[in-house]
Amino acid sequence: MESVTTPAITELRKTPLNALHRRVGAKMVNFGGWDMPVEYPATGGLVAEHKAVRSSVGVFDVSHMGDIRIHAERTPGGALAAVQYLSMNDASKLAIGQAHYSAMLYPEGTFVDDVIVHRLGEDDYLLVINAGTREKDINWVRENTRSFDCAVEDLSDAYTQLAIQGPRAIDLLHKLTDANLDLIKNYWFTHGTVCGLKNTLIARTGYTGEDGFEIYVPSEAATSEMVWNKVMEAGREFGIIPCGLGARNTLRLESKMALYGHEISDKINVWEAGLDRYCKMDKGDFIGRAGLEQAKAAGLTRALVGLEMVDRGIARDEYCCCNESGEVIGVVTSGSPSPTLGKNIALAYVPPAMTGLGTPIYVQIRTQKCKAQVVATPFYKRPKKTAAPQAAANV
Amino acid sequence: MAYPSNFRYTKEHEWVEVKGDVAAIGITDYAQHELGDVVFVELPKVGEKVVAGKTFGTVESVKAVSDIYSPASGEVIEINDVLHNTPEKINTDPHGAGWLIKVRLANSAELNGLMDTAAYEAYIASQSKEASA
Repeated sequence: MESVTTPAITELRKTPLNALHRRVGAKMVNFGGWDMPVEYPATGGLVAEHKAVRSSVGVFDVSHMGDIRIHAERTPGGALAAVQYLSMNDASKLAIGQAHYSAMLYPEGTFVDDVIVHRLGEDDYLLVINAGTREKDINWVRENTRSFDCAVEDLSDAYTQLAIQGPRAIDLLHKLTDANLDLIKNYWFTHGTVCGLKNTLIARTGYTGEDGFEIYVPSEAATSEMVWNKVMEAGREFGIIPCGLGARNTLRLESKMALYGHEISDKINVWEAGLDRYCKMDKGDFIGRAGLEQAKAAGLTRALVGLEMVDRGIARDEYCCCNESGEVIGVVTSGSPSPTLGKNIALAYVPPAMTGLGTPIYVQIRTQKCKAQVVATPFYKRPKKTAAPQAAANV
Repeated sequence: MAYPSNFRYTKEHEWVEVKGDVAAIGITDYAQHELGDVVFVELPKVGEKVVAGKTFGTVESVKAVSDIYSPASGEVIEINDVLHNTPEKINTDPHGAGWLIKVRLANSAELNGLMDTAAYEAYIASQSKEASA
C-alpha cells in the first residue's frame, strides 16, 4: 500500500494540548498547517469516537480554531455596525448571551469563511472562525472595519477550546462548573467557573449534530492539560473517549454541516450552498449583498445535494459526478462511510435539474462509475429530547 | 504482533507467503494499524493478471484509500471474498484470515529483493521514529 506521508513536524502549528495527544498515542495529521489528532487508536479509533459522541459523550481539542473580538471603541453601536457589514446574518437580533451561525462573504457573494457570532455584551461580539483561515479572516476583518468605530482583537492564541459533545455532555459538564447549564439553550452561552477557572465562556454550540458545549479556557499548557484531564475524569462514568478530526468530520457530514474548502469556498455562493436561511438580505447592506442579488437574478447553475451510494463503493472528496450518459455534471465536496447509518454518504454539487430526491448520480470511483442517489439531508438528526429547551430557530 | 519468518515483506507494507509457485498476499499489521478500521476492500477477479509493482486493488478505512501493490507478477487464482462482508478481518488478523489474494507466480525470482522479518521490523521501526521526531 502507499506509504503514509509524515508531516514535517517542526513546521506545523501546535495547540497547547499537542504533547498530551502525542503522549496518549494519537495518530497525528497536518490539518490546515496544524499538527492535529485525527484519531486515538489506543481508545478505539475513529468509528468508536464517532459512536461515543452519538451515544454518550466525547471530547475534542479544537483550539486550532480562531477567535476575533469586535467591541465598541468610542461610540456605542460601532461594533454592531461593523459586524452587520461583515456578516450575512442579522446580528441585531442577537441578545446578550446568544450566538448564531453566519458567514463573511466576498463582494461576489462567495465565502471568506463561515463563523459563529456570539454577542458578549452591549456592543461586544466574538467571532469564532476556522483554523485554516485564521490569518485571512483577521486581515479581512481589520481591512473592512477601518471606517467603523470599533476595536478588533485577535484572541485566537488566548484560548484552548474544548468541544464536549453528545447526549451526556451536559451531565459531564455539570460536575465541573457552577453555571446552571439547564438555562443555556441551544446556541446560547454563559460565563462561569469551570475546573476552578473563573469567567470561562461556556457555549452550547458544536459541530457534531449532538447536544454539547464548547468551553474556552486559558491557553497556558498546564492549565489546558488540567482541564482536559478533569473532563476525561468526569466523563469516565459515561464512557468518554478523546475524539479527533476524523470523527469530527464524519459527525458533521452526517449532520450536513459545511466545511470550508469543501461545501463553501471563495468560488461558491450562499445560494448554491443552500445557506439562504442564515443570510438576511433585508437587514441592510453587507459585503456580498450586491453580488448575491446579481447571482439570484442570473439563476443557479449548481446546488448542493446529499447522496447515498447505491452500488458498492465509497464516494470521497473531489470525486466526479456523472449523469447516466457518463458526462461529468458535478463533483463530490465531502464523502465518507457513515458510521451511524452504515451507508456511504456524500455531499455534492450537481445541476439544479438533478436535485430531486431519488435522482441517480454516478460517482467516478477510480476506474468505475458507481451509482448513487440524491437523498434528503441532514442524513442524521438527533432524537428530540423533550426536557431540553430549544431556542427560536430563526435568528 | 509477530511478523512470520516465512513471509517476505515490501516497502509498501504488503506481505507474501510462497508455497510452491503460489503466493498469498496481504497487508501487514503495521499497514492495518496505520489505516484504522477497514470498511471496504476492492479485489481483482479470479483469472485477472497482476503485475509486480502495479496496484491490484484497494483497502479503505473511513478516512483513507490505500492502493495495494503486487509484489510479483502472475495470475489471480483465489480471492478472499469473505472480506466483502467482513473487511475487519484485515484489522484483527492481517497475516492470517485477512489475506487478500493468491497468485500463481509468473516469475518467483521477482520476490528475491523483498525484506525478511528482521529487515521489515527494522524498516518499520525507522518509519515510526520519523513520524514521532
